[in-house]
Formats: sequence, C-alpha cells, structure tokens
Amino acid sequence: MRATSIRFHEVTLGYGRHPAVHHLDGEIPAGSLTAVVGPNGAGKSTLLKGIVGTLTPLDGRISIDPPGRTPIAYLPQAAEIDRSFPLSVYDLVAMGLWSRAGLFGGVGRRDRARIEEALAAVGLVGFERRPISTLSGGQMQRALFARLLLQDASLILLDEPFTAIDARTTADLLDLVRRWHDENRTVIAVLHDLDMVRRAFPQTLLIAREPVAWGETDRVLSPENLLAARRMVEAHDPYAAPCRRSAA
Amino acid sequence: MADLLLSPFADFAFMQRALVGVIAIALAGGPVGVFLMLRRMSLTGDAMAHAILPGAAIGYLIAGLSLPAMTIGGLVAGVVVAVAAGLVSRFTALKEDASLAAFYLLSLALGVTIVSLRGSNVDLLHVLFGTVLALDDSTLLLISAISTITVLALALFYRPLVLECVDPTFLRSVSRAGTPTHLVFLGLVVLNLVGGFHALGTLLAVGMMMLPAAASRFWTNDITIMMVASVAIGIVSGIGGLLLSFHAELPAGPAIILTAGGIYGLSLLLGREGGLLWLAWPGRHLEA
Repeated sequence: MRATSIRFHEVTLGYGRHPAVHHLDGEIPAGSLTAVVGPNGAGKSTLLKGIVGTLTPLDGRISIDPPGRTPIAYLPQAAEIDRSFPLSVYDLVAMGLWSRAGLFGGVGRRDRARIEEALAAVGLVGFERRPISTLSGGQMQRALFARLLLQDASLILLDEPFTAIDARTTADLLDLVRRWHDENRTVIAVLHDLDMVRRAFPQTLLIAREPVAWGETDRVLSPENLLAARRMVEAHDPYAAPCRRSAA
Repeated sequence: MADLLLSPFADFAFMQRALVGVIAIALAGGPVGVFLMLRRMSLTGDAMAHAILPGAAIGYLIAGLSLPAMTIGGLVAGVVVAVAAGLVSRFTALKEDASLAAFYLLSLALGVTIVSLRGSNVDLLHVLFGTVLALDDSTLLLISAISTITVLALALFYRPLVLECVDPTFLRSVSRAGTPTHLVFLGLVVLNLVGGFHALGTLLAVGMMMLPAAASRFWTNDITIMMVASVAIGIVSGIGGLLLSFHAELPAGPAIILTAGGIYGLSLLLGREGGLLWLAWPGRHLEA
C-alpha cells in the first residue's frame, strides 16, 4: 500500500469567518501515527473535517499525496448514527465496503469473508444479526472500528475514539490502531488521554486554535507547551478585525 | 363468502380497474412510505401533498379535467417545493420542516390566488378526493408507470438511501451521493403523490404511503421485511376498502384509507415489535 501524506499550507479553517484552526502549516508524513491534542474548542475536530473535505478552508489549502481520490476512513466524534434505524450489525459493518462496492457493486463471497474477519478482529463474532439499537456504547465503537477496517483506507482519521469507552475495549481497539501503523497506513487520532498518547503515539500535534507544538510526542508534551495550550483564549469575538497575516 | 369477496371484481369493470389502480399505488407507496417514516419525514409527505394541490388546480384551470395538464401541474408544484425546501435546509440553518412549511404555504397561497384571479367556481372535488372508481386507461397507465419507476429507482438508490438515514456523516465521507439521493427520493415522493391523487385525491394520497408503513413498523425490525409488509398491508387495505365501499355504498377513497387506518390500529395494539398489548404484558424477564 502506498502511504498517504498530508501537507497544510497556512491553513485556516473555521465557521462563518471566525477561525477555529488558525494558520496551520506543516506536514503529516506518510505512514506516521499522530495524536492531535489540545483543550476543548482548540479546533481538533475542525482540523479532521478539513482533511476529510467536509469543511472547506477559509484560507490556505490542504494537499493530500497521492492526489486524487485517496480513500479516507473517518470516525467522527459523536457519530451521527440513527440507532433506532432497523439495521443489523452486519449491515452496518458492511458499509465499509462502499469504496469497493459503491452504489451498485455486488458483495461477493470474498467480501463476506472480509466482513466476518473484521467482526472477529473487533471481537463481535455472534453479533451479526443483532439490531444496532441493542448495542452498548463500547460494542458500537467496536462495530465502527470493524467498518473502518473494511474501508481499507491508507489514511485513517479518528476523532476521540476512546471517549467513554472502557479499558478493555480501549486496549483492543488501540491494538487495531497499532496494526494500522504497522501496515504503513497514516493514522491521525484526536485524544485527551496524555498517558496513552505518550505510550502509543510517536508524533503529536498540540493545538489551541493556533498550533502550539508539533513533532515527537515527548518533546511536544512538555509542561511549558501544555501550559501555553491551556492559556488559549476561548473567547469568540464578534467584533474581531480581519486577519492581516498573509496566506501561503 | 366467495360471492361477497370476488363477485364485485368479477362482475364490474370499474372495480377491476380500481383494483389494478390500488395495487399499483400500494406497490410503490409501501416502500416510499417506509423510507419517509425512517427518515422522519412523515409530515414532509403530508406537506408535499398539500403543495401539489395548487399545481393540479392550475392545470385544471388551463386545460379542464385533463390528465396531462393536472399531472404536469402537480409535478411542477411538488418538485419546486420539494427541491427548494431540500436545498434551503441543506445549505442554511433552517431545518427541513420549517423550510418545507414555508414553501408549501407559499405554494398553497399562490394556487388559491391564481384560482381567484380566474374567478371561476372550480369543481375541485376530483382533485381533493380522487375518483378511484372511474380510472380510465391512461390514468391506470400513468399510475402503473410511476409505480414501476419508483420500485426501480428505490432498488438503484437503496444503499445511499439507507446510509443517509443511518449515518449521514459516513456517507458524506465516502461519497457525494448524499444530496442527489435525497433529491431523487423527494422526486419519488412527489411522483407517487401525483399518481395517487388521481385515485385518492391530493389529501388522501399520502395515506397509502404512511398508514401501511406505520403499521408495518409494529411487526418487524428488518427494513426489507418492513417494506414487503407495508406493500402487503397497502394491497389488503385497497381491496378491503373497495369491497367496503361496494357493499356499504361508501365513498371508495375514504373507505380505502379507513381500512388502512383499521390495520394500523390493530398493529398498534397487537404488533410484535412494540405493540401496546406487548408493552402492557411483556411476560417475565429473560435470563440473558
């Protein structure tokens, strides 16, 4: 698999004209495992939306290499899943085949084998026919990780994947993240658990609307940097003047 | 017994035509209704039915009781309202229900204004309540064609339709099919309402979508079975309603919708998935 890298060119992302990520410049190297850390409101989720392309930058641009339609697997923070919809776990996971099967493509024997493999990898064997309305929070997250597995993407974005998830499930799912890293996929995860970041994530982007520090995790998560991030101004100033910094 | 059930259809051509009409309407209305319900758009269907009325009335004013004129009028009004409301809700802060209410009120007011400008005392009973017992060949053809198109389109767009209901964020991240799918679906709703109003009138056409769908929700947790059940309930309501109207000399359209309503009531009481009786007496809790 050819690994995917992302380059930010003085990117500003936001809502209305107000920046949530302000002048981010740098690169996520191909095959890297990066944690995005920062206080609430620091623009972490916004950054992922910008990479996925559901949010267009206010300024600057994001280039993904290889260009074209790189398949991106994206797990949003609070997945907007309608749990009351009459759908089985199997069908939810099978959605991960979209990039291969699309609108009309068939799901053959090999695809079904892959679905079963994915369910086994997340420990949901025996849940195939269960309606998604009966899943617990952790089981739902396992199912969503199985779907990510099936997407077989070279770029994987996880937005707070372990929030409100118990220790055992977290450990299981973190193993999958490591496996993706070993397979040379580029993984970016928004996280709050700094111990986990230090243990499992070699690269970290510390962001507080402006990028605070970026690079090797140990260096980035220094007490000074964390303090600087905590001082972020959360105020949303309705009378802010236009930004005068030039874009790239 | 067989006489009671079969002879009306065996002896009278208008009953046979009505039977073909309601079966065609039920075939497409069932699955469309299920998706309307699962997408929480039941009231959208209702609002769109109102939006079609002035369009059909304009067609009537221009060309009299002509099938093409009223169909085209209804289609145009329905599509304009559906697309405008859909786009407004996608790209602005206004939610779909609010934008739809705005557009269908506008189209209703516009229709009434146009009618009053002409100053004629239009007989709109046909449009309002339909003429299921007087379907001619071309109307039957239209209804069957709409039904065929709908079933084919639903089969083609099944995946994005389901995905858009369950997990719209995911669909957006893997495909751009979301917005077109939504618009195609709204188009199908309009198409079926226009087909339905020739038989049941603009006000009751939506009943053949929503009542069978709502009833089927009480019987299964599987969307495929739900669609099949909803078609079956629609057909049974159609046949039952026609027989009821034949024997009791009731107006046929309302009799059909009342029959569907009766089945909905029974399902609400007895349905295995959340019916009231099962809620009241669920039995002892299980071991695991």
